[in-house]
Amino acid sequence: MAGSENTLAFDGGWQYDPAPESIDHVRIASRYGLFIDGEFVQPERGCYCDTLNPATEKRLARVADASVEDVDKAVAAAQKAYSGVWARTKPAERGKYIYRIARMIQERAREFAAIESLDGGKPIRESRDIDVPLAAAHFFYYAGWADKLGYAFPGRRVKPLGVAGQIIPWNFPLLMAAWKLAPALACGNTVVLKPAETTPLTALKLAEVIVDAGLPPGVVNVVTGAGDTGAAIVAHPDVNKIAFTGSTEVGKIIQRALAGTNKSYTLELGGKAANIVFADAAIDQAVEGMVNGIFLNQGHVCCAGSRLLLQESVADEVVAKLKDRMATLIVGDPLDKNTDIGAINSKKQFDKIEAYLKLGQAEGGTLHQAGGRVPPQGYWCRPAFFTGVAQSNRVVQEEIFGPVLAIQTFRTFDEALEKANNTPYGLSGGVWTDKGAKSFRMTQGLRAGVVWANTFNKFDPTSPFGGYKESGVGREGGLHGLEPYLQPGA
Amino acid sequence: MTGATDRLPVAKTYKIYIDGRFPRTESGRYFALEDEQSGVIANVCRASRKDCRNAVVAARQAQPGWATVSAYRRGQIVYRIAEMLEGRREAFAAELERQGSPARQAAEETDAAIDRLIYFAGWADKYQQVFSAVNPVSSSHFNFSLLEPTGVVALLVPDKPGLLGLIANLAPAIVGGNTLVVLASEARPLSAVSFAEVLHAADVPSGVVNILTGFRAELTRHFASHMDVNAIVVCDAGREARQEIQTLAAENLKRVVCRQRTDWSKPDSATPYLIRDTQEVKTTWHPIGI
Repeated sequence: MAGSENTLAFDGGWQYDPAPESIDHVRIASRYGLFIDGEFVQPERGCYCDTLNPATEKRLARVADASVEDVDKAVAAAQKAYSGVWARTKPAERGKYIYRIARMIQERAREFAAIESLDGGKPIRESRDIDVPLAAAHFFYYAGWADKLGYAFPGRRVKPLGVAGQIIPWNFPLLMAAWKLAPALACGNTVVLKPAETTPLTALKLAEVIVDAGLPPGVVNVVTGAGDTGAAIVAHPDVNKIAFTGSTEVGKIIQRALAGTNKSYTLELGGKAANIVFADAAIDQAVEGMVNGIFLNQGHVCCAGSRLLLQESVADEVVAKLKDRMATLIVGDPLDKNTDIGAINSKKQFDKIEAYLKLGQAEGGTLHQAGGRVPPQGYWCRPAFFTGVAQSNRVVQEEIFGPVLAIQTFRTFDEALEKANNTPYGLSGGVWTDKGAKSFRMTQGLRAGVVWANTFNKFDPTSPFGGYKESGVGREGGLHGLEPYLQPGA
Repeated sequence: MTGATDRLPVAKTYKIYIDGRFPRTESGRYFALEDEQSGVIANVCRASRKDCRNAVVAARQAQPGWATVSAYRRGQIVYRIAEMLEGRREAFAAELERQGSPARQAAEETDAAIDRLIYFAGWADKYQQVFSAVNPVSSSHFNFSLLEPTGVVALLVPDKPGLLGLIANLAPAIVGGNTLVVLASEARPLSAVSFAEVLHAADVPSGVVNILTGFRAELTRHFASHMDVNAIVVCDAGREARQEIQTLAAENLKRVVCRQRTDWSKPDSATPYLIRDTQEVKTTWHPIGI
């Protein structure tokens, strides 16, 4: 173990004073209705759920639980806005509304970042530097497409689909709302958006921005709720398109539910990406990439580099360095600017991760989990990895969606590629090598929609994102992200 | 057919095409293709689930190799298919007539099928340029998105036109580097089997195109549910059939492409978007730095 004698004693040796993000400027109402037809309304059946701060397990707000009747109302509003206003709005004007949204998110960026961290548990450094700026950038990028769509599809005339039903996950709540809304609106569709039940707040704050931006009522509707609300959107006969981001399991249920209908769909589902490190890689840089790959956002990332494939000759060295690096990661208060790993999003997800930690050991894997204290309240998982796991182990094949890495080794290029591709997923992948030709051959061979060479978990509105195989259907982002929101004409 | 000549014509045994060979269906089953004048035209193989699975194995084996054949060469191979078909124009037109097409229509369809192959041969080294993108990301990365074949594609071709409908759907899939398991039209299966002979003579590697004949109602579910099929392209399916296909396809998130009531004889039915239907977009990030 090359690095072991050099291990630094971080635990107890290095102290950081708390550096909490101020939240006195943040406005969260005690209760939120549904955003339908341009205003917040009470749910028909009067049901509300709590949304918790996963770092404290305390309630942040009460949020409406939309029923079938509420979804009906939202879809009717979206349909009316589509035929009455939005489809007749000049594309350039449509774009200007979307630009406004981008600008207003930038203006209120710090508030959005704080709420994202409060509601979802992610470190403020990430919500401040990744989620919110990318969300604004996404609106800014697609705003400009609104009056240029003809250039995106040579030889084709395109028109919008109508009403898009969009169901988004809890891991990047505002960013996923932006990924869904921006291209849908730019292409001329109207939207019924359902945020996840554990993280509804930034979507509701976004509804405030949409009001402030002056969007015609009904163009964007936000209905909060859990699986039943989502199912009502999927089943609604007047919805023309479903865009879903979430688990592969639910994605398959949606594809089945849409069978035989004429609704189009895009699905962004799970992943089990391999991060492949060759002996000739810049090792320290690769270790940073692994950390970013699997511990970003507590590992609640569909494209996370949750499998590490190490070339045998450097495996011990890399594992030792990774252990050292993990010892420096600070797990704790999401609002603290020093925090690297925030709170696990929910009790349910926490239990799932814990179950996989036990399962991996039962399967014969060796678990290493970084030390350090975690706060007494809230849901926390210290960064962890398994070694000694086989390709067929469930911790290698299944998406854990937590800060848990499965480490395997390989000898040859072909073995690495074979192992990397040997899961039902195909969302992302990474390769670390100093050899350009080898890097290109690996990125070409990986059956995955997004591949990072000598980097990991980078995102940009101009860059298409989406999976091969069971990781999904369709692309979001970039020019290719327009296509799912348009119907082709002759 | 041959009238009062003293020579007995040699009839062809119509078999299926798997992995570059022409076996009979393993099931031993057949269905008789008949017409009103001459009775039985041919006993056609009624392929089974096992035949489907064998064909998928062959297509899977051939896929990585076919996907890495250079675009220039793929274009030449598809062009070569057209050359071979041109040499057998009269035979194909006559076969369409035997399956019920009026003479003039059969000749026109054959010509259109040849021209459609030429059209897609030309796309082989161009569609990538039309559909790819270099993405101007804000960070210091060279980022690009390009197309890769979806993989193994099941293709359920339209009943008519018997030859052109097959080729108009087959060509864009193989030009794009996919390998195919094709279920021929039930009503006009003969053209598909004869076309397999053309493929065979045109340097199309074994397993790239596999062609089965049989009953669509029976075989659809085997294509739609197969876990090693990446996409299913289905022409002219009714609502119930589409529902069945999409329900079964969900098990491995197969891409489902439904092509309804397309008039394949129209020139504008040929577009590179047909190639695009069975492609995946891959985005790659490379840092720029030292």
